[in-house]
Amino acid sequence: MQKNKFSILNSQFSIIEVEDLTKSFGAFTAVDHISFSVGRGEIFGFLGANGAGKTTAMRMLCGLSKPTSGKGFVAGYDIEKQPETVKKNIGYMSQKFSLYEDLKVWENIRLFAGIYGLDGKLISRKTDETLKKIGLMNEKNALVKELPLGWKQKLAFSVAVFHEPKVVFLDEPTGGVDPITRRQFWEMIYEAAEKGITIFVTTHYMDEAEYCNRISIMVDGRIEALDTPRKLKEQFQANNMDEVFRKLARKARRVENGELRIENDGLGIENGELRVENDGFKL
Amino acid sequence: MLVIIGIPVFQILIIGFAISTDVKNIEVAVYDPSNDEATNRIINQLDASKYFNVARRLKSTSDVDNEFKKGKTGLIVVFSENFGENLYHTGDAAVQLHVDTSDPNHGQTVASYASSIIAGYQQELLQETNIPIRINPEIRMLYNPEMRSAYNFVPGLMGLVFMLVCAMMTSVAIVREKETGTMEVLLASPVKPVYMVVSKLVPYFIISWIIFILILLLSVFVLKVPITGSLVWLNVFTLIFIVVALSLGLLISTVVRTQVAAILASGMGLIMPVMILSGYVFPIESMPPVLQWISGIVPARWFNEGAKKLIIEGVPVRSVLKEMMILLGMAILIITISLRNIKTRL
Repeated sequence: MQKNKFSILNSQFSIIEVEDLTKSFGAFTAVDHISFSVGRGEIFGFLGANGAGKTTAMRMLCGLSKPTSGKGFVAGYDIEKQPETVKKNIGYMSQKFSLYEDLKVWENIRLFAGIYGLDGKLISRKTDETLKKIGLMNEKNALVKELPLGWKQKLAFSVAVFHEPKVVFLDEPTGGVDPITRRQFWEMIYEAAEKGITIFVTTHYMDEAEYCNRISIMVDGRIEALDTPRKLKEQFQANNMDEVFRKLARKARRVENGELRIENDGLGIENGELRVENDGFKL
Repeated sequence: MLVIIGIPVFQILIIGFAISTDVKNIEVAVYDPSNDEATNRIINQLDASKYFNVARRLKSTSDVDNEFKKGKTGLIVVFSENFGENLYHTGDAAVQLHVDTSDPNHGQTVASYASSIIAGYQQELLQETNIPIRINPEIRMLYNPEMRSAYNFVPGLMGLVFMLVCAMMTSVAIVREKETGTMEVLLASPVKPVYMVVSKLVPYFIISWIIFILILLLSVFVLKVPITGSLVWLNVFTLIFIVVALSLGLLISTVVRTQVAAILASGMGLIMPVMILSGYVFPIESMPPVLQWISGIVPARWFNEGAKKLIIEGVPVRSVLKEMMILLGMAILIITISLRNIKTRL
């Protein structure tokens, strides 16, 4: 576990800085004093079992939820004191598919680009550029609900980086997407990273974890491991990330104790056990 | 479970026992220039019955004309001069029953109850005196002389429609965004929640206004309901109510998480009270005091009363000032609560 002390001064090197960030809901600590930093243009994988606290941590970084204690800076802005400025500088793609299904492809782009304050002319020029790049030019006037899931996810990513944010937060962006589209998706991620956009991504796919520059693995609200995939494999004497992950996840007590988990939206059955999750507003 | 079993039980109790279309506790105003034994006995008998409650004595005929516009009175009894004298000497005395028949069923019931009480008195007298006396109650229907039900249901229906369009649709529209996930993306964007909410409400506001104008046109040209009051104030009054309905929808959407819950909440929490407690179906004055008090927090009740006054009775705007102020107050209160909720919940 990394124990760095950061200051705003070295923010020219790191785009996200988190120090002792904590979020509790009543007696339950979803995120427990996590500290890390992410450099500009880095692809940072944020891993953890369901309920480990990933989504809660990410929501705090996006200014969607206030930390209970600790500090966090995204793009140089305090997530607690300047959430609105933080929001201007980030892109966000949520776990659920998050475009308007009843709007056309170009209308979705127009809407979200407009929300981020982009100028009309620039939007229409860039729309065509973007659509050509992801191969959706022919679908420009199609309703989003008519697109296959993989295409939708690609479109959602393009929308999230359309305004060229400093950081883009991707919450399980490739869930339910076929391997080929996932591959293309990661190509898009690399391309964005080359342009200097920092990628902060959560995923359940361990092969995807290998694509990241650095990975943090959360267990029970704490960051238990943080390094490059290669070093993590060395450290845990594992052949692949899957093994690393399982070695770490075995420590998790929250699953064994059968506690109510506060992480993301929804209700699901996983590993044969019913899990009621909520997004942390009610407990 | 509590909801599934509780709601029908609650409904049966409310509809079965507490609420009825029966006429009860109607406030009566009396203009009695003769003030003799006969008139006093009639007044006392009216007052003693459970249907009527003699509340006011009027001093002049001009008071009679203005009485209904104050909004509380359901029946005005106007005796002729020298009522008792005429009764005993000519055997013939006139009494007018002025009834507010903007709700025809209700008005008719009021009139027939009052007539039968007077007829009962006549019977008593016949037995006492053995003179062939006759009291002629002359019934005057005000505001809706043709007894057309459209006069009553148009304002009531408006209240229902706006609750449906504004509250239900708004809450569903906002909650749908929560369900699909677009809400989260919007919240992660620099848009202020307030602007987001306003832009969600504006289309429904405009749609509601268009609906309102449609209802008015249909009422006037198809159902032939005359709009006797000021059109401008009727619009102002309705728009205030629309804002209340929209803010209720907003409030629901800040509390619930799914579209189904939004529909249930607005259906059970808004539409049902509007049907039962707004005076649209069941007259409020017949309800037990507790329900009357509860009906006070149903915005449609105030809209209903105000709209009826403006459309059918054609009163000047100051007569609906109370209703207007109540609705305005509700709007401000609900919007404040929902905006506070949005920050933490949406």
